[in-house]
Amino acid sequence: MSERVRGYALFATVALLLLVVAPLALPAFRLDELAKYLCLAIAALGIGLAWGQGGMLTLGQGVFFGLGGYAMGMYLKLHDAGGDLPDFMVWSGVERLPALWQPFGNPVVALAAVVLVPVAVAVLLGALVFRRRVRGAYFAILSQALAAAFVILLVGQQGLTGGTNGLTNFYDFFGRDPEAESTQRTMYFVVAGVLGVLYLLARQLVGSRFGRLLVAVRDGEDRVRFLGYDPALVKTVTFAISAGMAGLAGALFVPVVGIISPSLLGVVPSLELVVAVAVGGRYALAGAILGAVVMNYAKTSFSEEWAGGWLYLQGALFILVMTLAPKGAVGLYQQARDALARRRGASAAAVEKPGVAVKEEVPA
Amino acid sequence: MESLLNQLPIGLSIGAVLLLIALGLTFTFGQMGVINMAHGEFIMAGAYTAYMLQDWAGAQAAAVALPVAFALAGTMGWVLERTAIRHFYGRPLDTLLLTWGVSLVLQQAARDLFGAPNVQVVAPSWLNGGVTIGGGTLPYNRLFIMALAIACVAGIWAYQNRSAQGRRMRAVMQNRELAACSGVATARVDQLTFFIGSGLAGVAGVALTLIGPVGPSIGTYYIVDAFLVVVAGGLGQLRGAVIAALALGMLNSFAEFWTNASLAKVIVFAAIIVFLQFRPQGMFVLRSRALT
Repeated sequence: MSERVRGYALFATVALLLLVVAPLALPAFRLDELAKYLCLAIAALGIGLAWGQGGMLTLGQGVFFGLGGYAMGMYLKLHDAGGDLPDFMVWSGVERLPALWQPFGNPVVALAAVVLVPVAVAVLLGALVFRRRVRGAYFAILSQALAAAFVILLVGQQGLTGGTNGLTNFYDFFGRDPEAESTQRTMYFVVAGVLGVLYLLARQLVGSRFGRLLVAVRDGEDRVRFLGYDPALVKTVTFAISAGMAGLAGALFVPVVGIISPSLLGVVPSLELVVAVAVGGRYALAGAILGAVVMNYAKTSFSEEWAGGWLYLQGALFILVMTLAPKGAVGLYQQARDALARRRGASAAAVEKPGVAVKEEVPA
Repeated sequence: MESLLNQLPIGLSIGAVLLLIALGLTFTFGQMGVINMAHGEFIMAGAYTAYMLQDWAGAQAAAVALPVAFALAGTMGWVLERTAIRHFYGRPLDTLLLTWGVSLVLQQAARDLFGAPNVQVVAPSWLNGGVTIGGGTLPYNRLFIMALAIACVAGIWAYQNRSAQGRRMRAVMQNRELAACSGVATARVDQLTFFIGSGLAGVAGVALTLIGPVGPSIGTYYIVDAFLVVVAGGLGQLRGAVIAALALGMLNSFAEFWTNASLAKVIVFAAIIVFLQFRPQGMFVLRSRALT
């Protein structure tokens, strides 16, 4: 089987598992949880694109996730309130609907904002930062600081954002009860479908000329510049795409889980997503998805058993992965496969895949 | 106007705390390219050192703890460098994730050892009270932190510029390969740098006990701001760290005065982005001909 056919077969198998087997086999509660992991996997896919392919370690994806989530949440809140003020604003003594909220009464505007607002923020930040050739660790730190500032802002502006509690208690999701089992089931299929489509699109992008350029920027930004390309543009576009994915993920997260709050978006949740991508395998888009689902599943099941243990385990796992298998689970799988192939006597040249550059980042 | 003047000492003392924390980072990050997220947990170790010494040293714990915390945090840093980080040189982004894993483990360990609730360290009695300057009061404990920061900066400066070991350190920072070719044992220099940098975090941790409670996540409150200081000041630049820490402290306190605490953080972040438009490498740059 050629690499291509094998890839499609794998995709079809996973799609079958997610769309047919899981809904039949899992109880509603677990299916809902899986939908949540798949939401996070959409955001992780964006990180895989920006970090794995583009070398931009973005530690602030929670910001974009949050922008998308809050856009959705604001619409739902306004819809529930039906012309009045949302409940939490009444509690914090706000008397008139703030101007920031007014456009979000319209579902079309809100849904557009889910993607466009994160993209706009990412373009602005990217244009400012990448143009000035701020990169590597500097960029990582800045994106982390953005996440920290964003959360502090959300918590501080109680009347505008619901503060620490965030936005919750939604009663009507486009004419359906968001808590109802049927809605949850539909949402699961929507999330899985969106993830599948985005994955295929991202693969297409990585395989395109643009994708090649992106990997080239990751491995030797200055050389790309000397060849006449504009690395800042490539990076900004990619960063914006990944932000848009995170925004979409956040918006889907809201009806699935029923809440969006600062504690889901800060420095730690953003880092956890990156960790998941690293564990899954940063250089493969599928690794990002795999990592997000597996790590979040492990987190949920461990936290149910022994809350403190998860932190030890996560920390230890992370240290081990970074030291022993920096390419993550996918990297291990590839290594094992190549070793097997070599043992079978296949020539090393056939195993070595050209074009799949897995070079380490050039140190700053 | 008077209350505006009051912000000045507050800004200075925030800046002094940031400086104490950023001093260690600017070394490990500047010289070795290691983004040490566990730096915050070394701060925590220093703070808990003061707490533990209370039983023995009573109210003088904070003063006694300074050298102990330096040694303890330094040793922790040294162990981290020996066991893990030295395999990661040239992969700065990976060290960030690695040390974050370490920081998770250390935080949870502190939670298991000392309990999740915050604990209090009683400040020495000679730090109670304060001096009154132009209508505002400057508490002694804040003054002490400023003095500590000044002492640390002076010590580092002397070490870097007046000792043979410090000279080697600067050599490695400027050009690792050339220093190695010239016979500098770079691995040993790295160990020492990491020891000192982490030790300074311990000292900062003791200082933090004077102005607030100690908890397992004490480090996480400061680490992001401290990294911003390093970014704004320039890698491995002592003067850059000093100026950037004071500037950020001032900006923080004045922005808080004019708006509120939550907007202040956003203003500081925006100011740094704008600043990087003019000096993308930070305030002071180590001139080098190397590309990237």
